[in-house]
Amino acid sequence: MDLNKRYTAQSWPDHPETATLEGKNKFVGFWLLLAAETITFASLFATYLALRDRGPSGMEFSSSGLFELPLVFAMTMILLTSSLTSVYAIHHMKNHNFKAMQAWLGITVLLGLTFLGLEIYEFNHYVHLGFGYTNSAFSAAFYTLVGTHGAHVLFGLCWFIALMVRNSKRGLNMYNAPKFYLAALYWHFIDVVWVFIFTVVYLMGAIS
Amino acid sequence: MAHDTTEKIRSHAEHEFLKKRRSAEMRHQMTSFAIMIFLTLIAFTLVAAGFSTYLIVPIILLLAAVQVVLQLYHFMHLSNKGHGMVAFFMFSGIFVAFITVLALVTIVWW
Repeated sequence: MDLNKRYTAQSWPDHPETATLEGKNKFVGFWLLLAAETITFASLFATYLALRDRGPSGMEFSSSGLFELPLVFAMTMILLTSSLTSVYAIHHMKNHNFKAMQAWLGITVLLGLTFLGLEIYEFNHYVHLGFGYTNSAFSAAFYTLVGTHGAHVLFGLCWFIALMVRNSKRGLNMYNAPKFYLAALYWHFIDVVWVFIFTVVYLMGAIS
Repeated sequence: MAHDTTEKIRSHAEHEFLKKRRSAEMRHQMTSFAIMIFLTLIAFTLVAAGFSTYLIVPIILLLAAVQVVLQLYHFMHLSNKGHGMVAFFMFSGIFVAFITVLALVTIVWW
């Protein structure tokens, strides 16, 4: 089958992401990656929980005094909304509406950039307070966990932008439908990890 | 690749039916999004209200778990047909993740 063949909304398969062998393989492989990523983040969470509030004697920082919940609340809402906008993008991908899909992906990218901007502002604020990466075991565990998530957000944004730019003139076909689908899956996974970060790091930190 | 799909053009009625089904699915997604927002609000409100730590921690962990299940099953379509194998991967991953956190935390806190 020619991957670059043109489709109409009426000939577009119901599940374009797994309609080809390549799409099926990517789908299985990608979920395997997500399962492995779950364990990566689990080890970082476990490290953080073990080292929370630990550091040299006289350390002035603790999770109950440091974190600012209003900012975290805003970041949570933004990332959660961006998860929904990528659902809209895939909805239009399945309807073979390329322009609408690109538009919703664009909104997702804007929300993701806002999230990343707020996270950079937050880290910058902490560093100015003296809470740098080498400050304590607590700070190192915190930046490694939340920073790894931030790196995933950055990677997801680059992925979306690359897909949007590279396929802008191509339209939807069997070649790129699995790519868009998997990028959206990755974005949902980033949101799943964030749910645990705001619960375990920020909310449990604020009340400890 | 001959074993791949052959093109199938749907009839108008079938096309309209699929479109309607997708719109209905999208409305379900909106509902789960609203629930997720609501759960997040509850979690933040509980912490801001300042109840006892021993009460709040299990509740917000439970809220997080519910929200993740919604993400996995609705946004990531884990409940759809053909997701048996990948659900097995994901649950194995979650199982190992749980053991990892439990083991490390037990070693350090006990």
